[in-house]
Amino acid sequence: MVDETLDPVANRRVPFIVTALKSFLLLRESWVGMIGAAIVIFWVLVAILAPLLAPFDPLATLAPLQKPGAVGPDGAIFWLGTDQIGRDILSRIIYGCRTVLIYAPLATLCAYTVGILMGLTAGYKGGVWDEVLSRTSDIILSFPVLVLYVIIIATIGASGTNIIIAITFASAPGIMRIVRGLTLDLRNRDYVAAAQTRGEPTWRILLVEILPNARGPLIVDACLRLGYVTITIGVLGFLGLGLPPPDPDWGSMIADTRQFALVFPHMSLFPSIAISSLVLGLNLLADGLREISLRD
Amino acid sequence: MTVFIAKRFGFMILTMIIVSLLLFLLLEYSPGSVATKVLGPYSSEEQRQLWLEAHGYMQPIYVRYFDWLFNFATGDFGESVRFKVPVADVLWSRLANTAILGGFVFAIMIPLSLTLGVLAGMREGSKLDRTISVTSIVTTSLPEFASAVLLSAIFVFGLGLLPGTSGMSRGWNIQEMILPTMVLVLYDFGYVARMTRASMAEVMTTHYIRTAILKGLPYKTVIMKHALRNAMIAPFTVIMLQINWLLSGVIVVEYFFAYKGFGALLLEASLNQDIFMIEACAMIAVFVAVVTQTLADIGYTYLNPRIRFS
Repeated sequence: MVDETLDPVANRRVPFIVTALKSFLLLRESWVGMIGAAIVIFWVLVAILAPLLAPFDPLATLAPLQKPGAVGPDGAIFWLGTDQIGRDILSRIIYGCRTVLIYAPLATLCAYTVGILMGLTAGYKGGVWDEVLSRTSDIILSFPVLVLYVIIIATIGASGTNIIIAITFASAPGIMRIVRGLTLDLRNRDYVAAAQTRGEPTWRILLVEILPNARGPLIVDACLRLGYVTITIGVLGFLGLGLPPPDPDWGSMIADTRQFALVFPHMSLFPSIAISSLVLGLNLLADGLREISLRD
Repeated sequence: MTVFIAKRFGFMILTMIIVSLLLFLLLEYSPGSVATKVLGPYSSEEQRQLWLEAHGYMQPIYVRYFDWLFNFATGDFGESVRFKVPVADVLWSRLANTAILGGFVFAIMIPLSLTLGVLAGMREGSKLDRTISVTSIVTTSLPEFASAVLLSAIFVFGLGLLPGTSGMSRGWNIQEMILPTMVLVLYDFGYVARMTRASMAEVMTTHYIRTAILKGLPYKTVIMKHALRNAMIAPFTVIMLQINWLLSGVIVVEYFFAYKGFGALLLEASLNQDIFMIEACAMIAVFVAVVTQTLADIGYTYLNPRIRFS
């Protein structure tokens, strides 16, 4: 066991939380990034505080087809109206936020874990490893994304786990390409050579020396990708390939209420605004982060 | 250059073959499930057995694969379980509908995104640049189904100007094309505009543009004659790759507006386990995607003299 305080390499590094906070403070310089961060934080808070914020049970059938602002049986107000079987739309959006904010980061994380491992291996080992992994990625990436999702989900069935599997399968190659490029650049640095000379195992070089130094572009990409994954989960829900009912999920809320859209547009309009604002927040945040990372 | 083109085509064919193999294994690995999908869940064991024997499913899997591939290459996609007619009969007309929709989208999206991208990239950091950049982030953040809902709420529910579905039930009607086209343009143009902007901004910082400006050429000439030509190389590739994006986008948009196109067909086939239709749609989608990628690569190399002559 190496004593961390005596290891000069370990001393060089600043704890991740400090760098994260520092970058967050840097974000003040980009108003676009600030707006993005504010929107994302807003939705995270909504998801955490859902039971306190939601005026009704998201699954309870109260009064069907109420317009926004209508007054319910016991005097409570349906701020955003109710859907065709009488569930409060505001409460469903608030709880649906939880679904999105659990599955989207989870799927992105899985895709990143696989993509990073593939990219590090391809970039560091090179040769046959690189050839095989790169060609496999090229083939998967040549699929139109949604065609791939539709076929996978329709074949293996719609469930939370399968959505994560499908997203990992389709996104990991893209992440792998980025990580591979970064690794090719980083593997010739002096500190990697130093670690090799010290006789450190390959996994340690990859995870401790190379990966932390590739984090900048990866954080920006992760932010953008989180937005895409949010859209994907919404689209799958909308196409009827998402999470099974009755748990509220923004995409399937739109799918369920779509045929009433010409008479009661509020039922699909508000979930649409919710998902668009979350994706917009993530994209603005990514843009802000990129702007800052280009500056220094 | 010839070697490059040959290599690129070789890789294209290899990709198609591997994709076909994966697709075949995914959908037809077990003959039993194929028979269940074709004959329905209430068919008897003997019926399935008879069907399997009649359709050559008793052979080893590699024989079945090569038979399937051969039939595919000769345009015989099998019979649709749902429509009870050969897959090809339905597929081509649906594909033509999607091509029409795609044509509309590209006819509007390309001039719009190139103009905005060039205007933004011409003076990087200007007010116009910031406005265009933020607008394109906002529009790409709207998922297609969300912008379809928003636009329907405005133009169909609010203003009553446009029809809400595009099923073309009373003959072909250009009004029914407007909303699907708008939704796809809205989702797509932001990305192309951003790429054009980046490419234009990069060209504007090069030495030859600085020289052209310093030697006193009118700004218009600098932009039109020197900057544009070089700035258009990258967007060309991006636009070609948008065809791949479009194949995804049409699934949502055609489903939403009940447009009888290829995307809706693929989705219906998947939801109904219409196995031969899924195979045909998937192969066509990958074929279109891979061919456009190959053309984009070759075109990029051809357009870029630094690569062409090296």
